[in-house]
Amino acid sequence: MSTNTDAPKALRNTGNYIDDRFHLAKTGEKNLRKVFPNHWSFMLGEIALYSFIILIITGIWLTLWFKPSMAEIVYDGSYERLNGVAMSEAYASTLYIDFDVRGGFLIRQIHHWAALIFVAALVVHMLRVFFTGAFRKPREINWLIGIAIFALAMVEGLFGYSLPDDLPSGMGVRILQGVILALPVIGTYLSMFLFGGEFPGEDIITRLYMLHILLIPGILLALIVLHVLILWHQKHTQYPGLGRTDRKVVGTPMFPAFAVKAGGFFFLTFAVTTVMSGFVQVNPIHLFGPFTPTSITSGLQPDWYMGFMEGSLRIFPNWFDFQIAGYAVPTAVLVPGLVIPGLIFGALAVWPFMEQWITGDKRHHNVGDRPRNAPVRTGLGVAGVVFYGVLWAAGSNDVLAETFHISLYWTTYFFRVALIVGPILGFIIAKRICLGLQRRDLETLEHGYESGIIQQLPSGEFIEVHREPSEETVSVLESKLEREKILAAQRSVTIDQHGVESPESRSLVGRLRAWLSHWYTKDNVSFEGAELHRGHPPEHEREEIERRRPPGAAEHPGRERPGRRQLRPGLCHAGERFPTGLRASDRAGRQVGPPPAARTKHQAALSRPQHPSQLRPPPFSRETRREPQNPPGGF
Amino acid sequence: MTDNTTKHDTEAGAGPNERVIGTPSSAESDAIVAGAADPHPQREHDGPYPASETHKHSEEEQRRGEKVASLWFTIAFLAGVGFIVAFFVFPPEAIADPQIGQYSTMALGGTLALSLFGIGAGMTVWARRVMPHYEVSSPYDELPSPPEEKRSFGEFFMKGADESGFTKRPLMRRTLLLAMAPLGIAPIVLLRDTGPLPGDKLKHTMWEQGMHMVAEGTHRRLRAEDLENEPGGMISALPYVEPTPEHPHGLSLNEQAKTSVILIKMPENDWKPGMTQQQLNWTYNNIVAYSKICTHVGCPAALYERTTHRILCPCHQSTFDAADGAKVIFGPAHRPLPQLPISVDDEGYLIANGDFPTAVGPTFWDAEKGD
Ligand code: HEM
Ligand code: FES
Repeated sequence: MSTNTDAPKALRNTGNYIDDRFHLAKTGEKNLRKVFPNHWSFMLGEIALYSFIILIITGIWLTLWFKPSMAEIVYDGSYERLNGVAMSEAYASTLYIDFDVRGGFLIRQIHHWAALIFVAALVVHMLRVFFTGAFRKPREINWLIGIAIFALAMVEGLFGYSLPDDLPSGMGVRILQGVILALPVIGTYLSMFLFGGEFPGEDIITRLYMLHILLIPGILLALIVLHVLILWHQKHTQYPGLGRTDRKVVGTPMFPAFAVKAGGFFFLTFAVTTVMSGFVQVNPIHLFGPFTPTSITSGLQPDWYMGFMEGSLRIFPNWFDFQIAGYAVPTAVLVPGLVIPGLIFGALAVWPFMEQWITGDKRHHNVGDRPRNAPVRTGLGVAGVVFYGVLWAAGSNDVLAETFHISLYWTTYFFRVALIVGPILGFIIAKRICLGLQRRDLETLEHGYESGIIQQLPSGEFIEVHREPSEETVSVLESKLEREKILAAQRSVTIDQHGVESPESRSLVGRLRAWLSHWYTKDNVSFEGAELHRGHPPEHEREEIERRRPPGAAEHPGRERPGRRQLRPGLCHAGERFPTGLRASDRAGRQVGPPPAARTKHQAALSRPQHPSQLRPPPFSRETRREPQNPPGGF
Repeated sequence: MTDNTTKHDTEAGAGPNERVIGTPSSAESDAIVAGAADPHPQREHDGPYPASETHKHSEEEQRRGEKVASLWFTIAFLAGVGFIVAFFVFPPEAIADPQIGQYSTMALGGTLALSLFGIGAGMTVWARRVMPHYEVSSPYDELPSPPEEKRSFGEFFMKGADESGFTKRPLMRRTLLLAMAPLGIAPIVLLRDTGPLPGDKLKHTMWEQGMHMVAEGTHRRLRAEDLENEPGGMISALPYVEPTPEHPHGLSLNEQAKTSVILIKMPENDWKPGMTQQQLNWTYNNIVAYSKICTHVGCPAALYERTTHRILCPCHQSTFDAADGAKVIFGPAHRPLPQLPISVDDEGYLIANGDFPTAVGPTFWDAEKGD
């Protein structure tokens, strides 16, 4: 095989030209060697990034024809159905993009679909970061930047949706104006200044246009670049697994493999967006007609990411509206319009700091938590998702009522109750599930996993053979110990070794904190001191182990992970491990072993318990220990 | 600090065996069953990352991968050409027809998507089936700087700050900050002319005594009898104005957004006791006019259910009782829809008897205050 260590002349010249001016050889190499851990969930952020790029490309193209003007004209154009109808130039120019510019309809749809995908990818990406604790130190700042991106993306989408000045888009603007008007004292002023007078005025689209194509994308671009730079500097978190520690990241290097994979993924994202845009209609403004403040159709639905706002406006009752000396404070507008989104974004923003305060955990974290190992956080996250989901569903209550023939008002009552009960139930159930999974993990650690092989003992008794989990699985399961240790360390800060509380912890705040800290961890299943049990290996294999073990020596000294050893007394001495060559497939059915080819071979051998000599375990195979793969059950 | 995987063997905690993951260290002599794809497990690795082994695909497999990738790239090329062809197949005159326009969108979207997909799929095959497969480990950067570095920085910075006099010369510092203040406010001041002050604009509409009304979307002035023949029992109406050159078809959107009313014919005995005498006086022959603009956040409350006399706003489902002064009976709105006093003129045309008594549209801070 030839080795190309000499770059072709043209490349070398270019490289030299650049390096002569920027001195980049070392930095360049360093960055090309950057390591990216492999997991499907890391692609969520990529999808968001790529959708943003698609939005910019298509958005710039749309500006070539779109006219951000509210001047009223009478339509006389290609789309005959609306000839003679009065409309704004903005709406007419959007019709022009649809029916006169070739590919215009497609590009508009790509722009819209990419916006929907962009915000969706942001949300799922954010949930991934939340549930794995990837927001913890040192990544809190990047978490905050992410939230700012999310909030701005919503506003950006709302303003974009408003530009074509069709009926639903104008209604969106009307609702926005209604919410602004509700602000105590300054509401009417703000509205007048934003709209250049009363609603709708003649300026709002021009102004939203500036915000949509210049100011907000500019800020978004800056924040996204910053987000990626910080990520680049701090590197990705990774899921627990063999060799993955808070000090070492394991994954695919940037060059060449990751670059090609990521490039390919950009095209795939673009392709999916395009195919949706070509075949699934979104926002057919020509069917909606131009905006007038006096017409409306029922069953209006905003873009999905505004659905939760719509829902909260729908279900929040007017019971708390009040007046101060005759001045109105319409809480039924202010709470859903401002307080609820404020709460959602506010809670997201403070959580990393809150959790740090509760747990006292100020360390750096590079290995993500498995959600089950942080049951309270996971429970709270699920509660938040349910809260958002209920609001979102309530945004379609009329459609639901229509579809299921329920009284409209009952759907509202239902959602009001669900908004309070749902998150509580969500929390309890999610936490229970986490604890159950913890127990199962402990079981797997201590007793191995059920192999599905039944064996008859000499005594005549039948047992199911338990296999020891692979080293990879063990290291994933054990990641919990690290967590336990950190949380325990915090508790010893408030209560010193003599059992005396520090004065700080006796104050009211201190007590609250101690209580929260207790609440945060109290139900966890402790793995401390778990003994790795060999399960019930088949008789002959037990002998085999004894025979193979070199006296007193760990089999693979190089495999030891310093710094973790003391964490697991009595657990996992590599030398004692049952040398399984088989493919562990954990009970969730995920495969955690080596490639299928090898697996089926071994499984075949195992699933047919024939003559004992045929049950001999396969020769110790290294690759079962570490294969480029995802950790078992990242979620 | 670099990410070079070889240069960190001394790194605390990095361990002695930093190398391509999945490769045995030379000390290990166990029999190796490397990835099924790797026929030469012990071969010196010659890639960019120091490793004795990677999960390399056999030459034969690589060749197959190359073929598949090239096939995808070829498909992408053809689809890309197809896109350009599709662009010219549908001329601008043709896409004016929504049906043909849709075909054009599908043809363009399909070919473009296929072309993009081909490139993406080809690259993925390239990465997975041609390139060797391995993982590399590399240390995370040690984040807090060592104390000496921090101390040195702190000292250096404070010396510089002292030297500049910024800390020692408060007069200069304060006047500088003072100088900045008006400049900070200037951009906000400059926004002043984005719009007029609200004044009492939001509290009044153009309705006035004696104004005729037209059904929305027409120029036909309404008579009281028009409501008798209206099957829904409801008509949306606007004030009648002579067409102007500026607004050949009547009112500006601003005016429509405030003056829009719904006229409802109520059966004689259906008024609820909640209606005051004044409110009844504002009706004519059991015809009542309410503002159509919802007092929640301003959607048109355009749905009327004749049997229950309910006016429903489709946006957030505020429901108003037309027989009871349009009081809110359900939903987030708080104020009743303002009632427009009406009567008829000598010729039997419906007219307004003045403006709304309260502000129309979304509730704002001083909406319920008098002038
Ligand atoms: C995060 C970024 C963005 C989001 C979420 C977004 C979202 C949207 C949405 C939902 C629409 C309505 C599309 C429709 O009519 O169906 C729209 C319209 C539009 N966007 Fe964007 N956009 C983004 C960035 C941009 C950028 C960077 C530009 C230009 C430089 C741009 C230019 C336009 C234009 C000109 C329109 C009006 C044309 C039309 O509606 O057909 N957008 N945007
Ligand atoms: S605008 Fe009418 S209910 Fe909200």
